[in-house]
Amino acid sequence: MITGMGTEARQGGAGTDRQGDAGGGGTRAGSTGRSARGRPANRPNGSRPDGEGFATALGWFSIGLGLSEVVAPRRVARLIGIEDDPRERAILRALGVREIMSGIAILSQPRARWVWSRVAGDAMDLALLGTALASDRTERPRTSVATAAVLGVTALDVLCSQRLTRAEHRIQVQRSVTINRTPEEVYQFWRNLENLPRFTSHLEAVRVIDDRRSHWQARAPVGTTIEWDAEIVEDRPNELIAWRAVEGADVPNSGSVRFAPAPGRRGTEVHVAIDYNPPGGQVGAAVAKLFREEPTQQLGDDLRALKQVLETGEVLVSDATVRRGLHPARPDPAPGTT
Amino acid sequence: MKATCWMGKEKIEVREVPDPRILNSRDAIVRVTSTAICGSDLHLYNGFVPTMEPEDILGHEFMGEVVEVGGGVQNLRVGDRVVVPFPIACGACAACQAEAYSLCENSNPNAWLAEKLWGHAVCGVYGYSHMMGGFAGGQAQYARVPFADVGPLKVDADLPDEKVLFLSDILPTGYMGAEMCNLQGGDVVAVWGAGPVGQFAMASAFLLGAERVIAIDRFPYRLAMAAEKTGAETINYEEVDSVLDTLNEMTGGRGPDACIDAVGLEAHAPGLQYAYDRTKQAMGLESDRPIALREAIMACRNGGTVSVIGVYGGFIDKFPMGSLMNRSLTVRTGQCHVQRYMRPLLNRIRQGEIDPSFVITHRLSLADAPRAYRMFRDKEDNCEKVVLSPH
Repeated sequence: MITGMGTEARQGGAGTDRQGDAGGGGTRAGSTGRSARGRPANRPNGSRPDGEGFATALGWFSIGLGLSEVVAPRRVARLIGIEDDPRERAILRALGVREIMSGIAILSQPRARWVWSRVAGDAMDLALLGTALASDRTERPRTSVATAAVLGVTALDVLCSQRLTRAEHRIQVQRSVTINRTPEEVYQFWRNLENLPRFTSHLEAVRVIDDRRSHWQARAPVGTTIEWDAEIVEDRPNELIAWRAVEGADVPNSGSVRFAPAPGRRGTEVHVAIDYNPPGGQVGAAVAKLFREEPTQQLGDDLRALKQVLETGEVLVSDATVRRGLHPARPDPAPGTT
Repeated sequence: MKATCWMGKEKIEVREVPDPRILNSRDAIVRVTSTAICGSDLHLYNGFVPTMEPEDILGHEFMGEVVEVGGGVQNLRVGDRVVVPFPIACGACAACQAEAYSLCENSNPNAWLAEKLWGHAVCGVYGYSHMMGGFAGGQAQYARVPFADVGPLKVDADLPDEKVLFLSDILPTGYMGAEMCNLQGGDVVAVWGAGPVGQFAMASAFLLGAERVIAIDRFPYRLAMAAEKTGAETINYEEVDSVLDTLNEMTGGRGPDACIDAVGLEAHAPGLQYAYDRTKQAMGLESDRPIALREAIMACRNGGTVSVIGVYGGFIDKFPMGSLMNRSLTVRTGQCHVQRYMRPLLNRIRQGEIDPSFVITHRLSLADAPRAYRMFRDKEDNCEKVVLSPH
């Protein structure tokens, strides 16, 4: 399931980008925990650009149609108005096998590319129906109806594939950290959204517009920035803040943070869930790459940085982490020297 | 400045590198007056610690004079003489507030690396791999000290460097090893490894009320030092058939009440067991050779305590869990929470209860570091502890 995968996000490529960044960003330590795979605990209600239920229906449709073609090719031939001869029956059986295979693939692993394979199959069907329509031996009205039906199914397949492709770009991450401060202190710090760039590695600035709305500016690859407006959609003091980008953002995104007192006066458990939905296109691809590299680790590093800011006043850097990239643990030259 | 750089397995060079600068407001820069090579540095030298990069500056035992402080440091001034504890600790997290400084939750900027190997991360340490934070070490002319308002201990000028330098690591480490034995009076303590940490564990065990201490090693000069300087009895494991039988004979069949492993992941032993572990280690099938640890567990009396202060890095094989479980043993361990012990141990030094300088066998200049590492590793010239002068 895409939803299930998303919460875990991708953790591949161990040991690639080892670090945060210089200056105000930087580095992180402390105890963070990754939530168990599964339902995001504190995701606010909202619509999900899904495609899953749709895909399941298409999968069963494929299997049903395929079985008919394999088991009763004559009736199918009559239904769609093509001639019932051994050659046509063989073609129908082959098409049926293809339908069953693609149905099973969609059901077992509902991935966009399998539904896209249905679109390819539809094209093949339409080509064969076109050939049939050109033939004298075809009952044209029936074949025309069948062609129209296949065109309709093709449209559904394309729609479903697009939705699934979009859902696969979606990135969901969640992590948590325990901070030796009260829920009130942590909530207050976070609720002033202009504090977020002090501990997140990719946010450059957040400007609060009013009580609910704010303007966010983030670092994107190759020195570019992306900006969007966000609104707070839920605000329960000392308990939860949920936000989402307003309609029309380049990168639709939403997130929530839950503050819970840790048992035994151990401070505050901070549970964060973030959901990005980068669109297609160049910006989307670049952003997807940015967040996909190590999204869970990046959120974990951000939360460690939050812990550092709240517990020690700033984010600690070491010689190896003061700037990006792998380099030895020895002092950097002073600025302006070589 | 000049600094001791790790350039690869068994390759140490003293190189010219940029001077350290203040990077965080609670930093101080220390002009290093004395620094030492630790037995655990040999694990880096021998290439057993992952996440090292060529040109990493080594060294986590150092002291010196404060030459610069960041805006957030209120308790230190330029000119103060300080000993720097090896665990970098913030003083504010739950671990620091519980005085478990080596578990500081805020001092390892590469915590994610350590989490991959250990599940959870620990504090940052100077000059001890990127997994431990990627901090430049103190075997150099100058060093940057983060959280300088928490760690460094001010020391008066009347005590010479060599009496207080080891407050940075090995004296508190040995002391904590003995403290974890929970000595009740009349106890017999066996210590595997008569290197500097082992020597301090033996001396500390006596300070904490042990009746007898037994040192186990294979180098006569180290055993002689243990006998002469700490009052321990000795076993040369290469000269006895069985350390276990020998310990049983020495303790009326009970076994030592507490056993301290001051050896760690590069243990040696005569015969097949060493060949087995060395082979598995070389093939990457286990990261550590737990020979001393196995023996310490098997030797300990029923219901006794095994205290592990030798450094382990990863995974071990043939761990005698059955002996541990069925005989109600207690295992205590940890990187030393140095900050917790510095002040009380400074008082003991001042009162003459212990003079840690007895372990020093070689006083060299920083430029001699490559030779010193080799000499210390190969136990040449009866080398027990090397102190380097960087200026």
